[in-house]
Amino acid sequence: MEAFLIALLIAATPLLLAATGELVAERSGVLNLGVEGMMLMGAVSAFAVAFSTGSHTLAILAGAGAGLIMAALFAFIALFCLANQMATGLALTIFGIGLSGLVGQDFVGQPIDRLAQLQVETTAIGRVLLSHDVLVYFSFMALIGTYVFLNHTRAGLMLRAVGDNHTAGHALGLQVRMIRTLAVLFGGLMAGLGGAYLSLAYTPLWGEEMTAGRGWIALALVVFATWQPIRLLFGAWLFAAVTQLQFYGQDWGIALPSQFLAMAPYLATIIALVIISQAPSRSRSVTPAEIGRSFRAER
Amino acid sequence: MISLERRSGGPSALMGLLSPVIAIGLTVLSGAVIFAILGMDVANALSIYFLSPFLDGYSRSELVVKAVPLALIGAGLAVSFRANVWNIGAAGQYTLGAIAGGWVALSFPDATSAFWLIPFLVAGIFGGMAWAAIPALLRTRFNSNEILVSLMLTYVAALLLDWLVRGPWRDPLGFGFPQSRDFAEAFLMPLLTPPDRLHAGVFVALVAAMALTVMMGRTIKGFEIAVIGAAPRAGVFGGFNQSRVTWFVLLLSGGLAGLAGAIEVSATVRQLQPDIAAGYGFTAIIVAFLGRLNPAGALLGALILAVSYIGGENAQILLKLPKNVAYVFQGLLLFFLLSCDTLIRYRLRLARAT
Repeated sequence: MEAFLIALLIAATPLLLAATGELVAERSGVLNLGVEGMMLMGAVSAFAVAFSTGSHTLAILAGAGAGLIMAALFAFIALFCLANQMATGLALTIFGIGLSGLVGQDFVGQPIDRLAQLQVETTAIGRVLLSHDVLVYFSFMALIGTYVFLNHTRAGLMLRAVGDNHTAGHALGLQVRMIRTLAVLFGGLMAGLGGAYLSLAYTPLWGEEMTAGRGWIALALVVFATWQPIRLLFGAWLFAAVTQLQFYGQDWGIALPSQFLAMAPYLATIIALVIISQAPSRSRSVTPAEIGRSFRAER
Repeated sequence: MISLERRSGGPSALMGLLSPVIAIGLTVLSGAVIFAILGMDVANALSIYFLSPFLDGYSRSELVVKAVPLALIGAGLAVSFRANVWNIGAAGQYTLGAIAGGWVALSFPDATSAFWLIPFLVAGIFGGMAWAAIPALLRTRFNSNEILVSLMLTYVAALLLDWLVRGPWRDPLGFGFPQSRDFAEAFLMPLLTPPDRLHAGVFVALVAAMALTVMMGRTIKGFEIAVIGAAPRAGVFGGFNQSRVTWFVLLLSGGLAGLAGAIEVSATVRQLQPDIAAGYGFTAIIVAFLGRLNPAGALLGALILAVSYIGGENAQILLKLPKNVAYVFQGLLLFFLLSCDTLIRYRLRLARAT
């Protein structure tokens, strides 16, 4: 049980990081379907730097930076050229799959040291909570920070305002495009960190398309959490628990072929989406009203 | 400072046609930059990647073979995107089409009559439709996001196929490789110019794209799809039904993706293998956009995207480039296309500082 809980917190971290970033972007009214591509670039960049320099600090920065650059590309095309956000996000994912494979071709199968974890000899609960690396704790802090920012600061109010009604926001003098660009860049940074976590800690290796759909699951988590940061935490834990099925399923006597256990997170995502969208009146009122819509100041 | 100004005379039709041309030009140009960064002979690399697929008969036939599934999927997606329904899980529907067709073929290993191709292809269509019916049902019944549901089902389909070819359907004489038995001769698409692999699926793709073009331009159904996609509220007031359109375009694009899957396993691999989808779901999205969300345009778009695969395969052999370069070019092409499309509705203006 102790090992399962530790593994669960680890598996939840990349989802939590990426989903927190995407949540902020979506609250500003931007839907970026490129999370998978940004995570992959974060993963390969972090791995390449860790492998070449041996420095995990630089590797984490590289992962965040790669996600940031990918997000800047998205922001230019979707927010400045006013392209369809859905198509732009898909392009970002396709591009990220290709470029990460190209950059990472020499790193496949190479080993690196895992991100260092705290070593505290205490009780079982202590070990579950205090045996993690810096990114696990950062993901919690980022989540709380995002909650406070969105709900208790003036800047957060401005961000939510342009997400709920960009015309009114513009009329009030808010810089709609600038606010959205910053929100998208934050989303990219966090997705890059999520990817970095995968290649530095979750499995300290690089493999093509190693995110295996986690970027898409992060997008689903935001819907599942009805755009409320704290609910992301429970969503991420739930999905991480389902992911662990494939590793613990056999031990627990679930006699299914491994492929069916591996389907579990994807099926769980679909079921979660159905359950959460079952109450249409509730979920519609919490969806940022302008999500996916382009905005251009006419005057 | 450069700013955008809305074109006074409405969207520019010329720019709508010019935009893909400019985007392709910019993609080739960035190819030169990428090859230079990789320290290659730029002219040689460019000619291998972008020209060699056109230079000999065998390559040209391979180009068309690659374009067939892309055109079938892309034409269906063009219709779906017109309705503002985002089916991005075509790879899953393609896989299910291959599984359903494969089920027919593997059930009748002694089939000899060419008649058997018909139930084989129909099974493929139904397989794709069944997989697309899941996002359609969840969208219309529970208002669940079809983007995420269809995409998640892609992973499920891939794992299902993986289980089948490693488990119940594995070829007992396949030396343990994850693959099914070979299909009987009756289930193979007729070749047009043997020994090249150019096959009768080309006509299927042509007919499908033309039929969809007529449907979109000349029938009430096409009008309904376009209106519901562009102005759903106006469409509903006009008596059109949004759920019905969602069902229709998902079943249509899913059925065509399933047909593409069945044709592809019948024409090229001739058995089931785990990795048959080869990213077609995402590539076909670019095909649809390059074809201006017009089913006939998808034919041209499919040929162009096929270059990225065939050129990529040649570059893999001759230049030792990884196959992922194809996706880099595909992603760049869509970026450039979307950016150039801005100029359909807007023009650039050098704004004076005020």
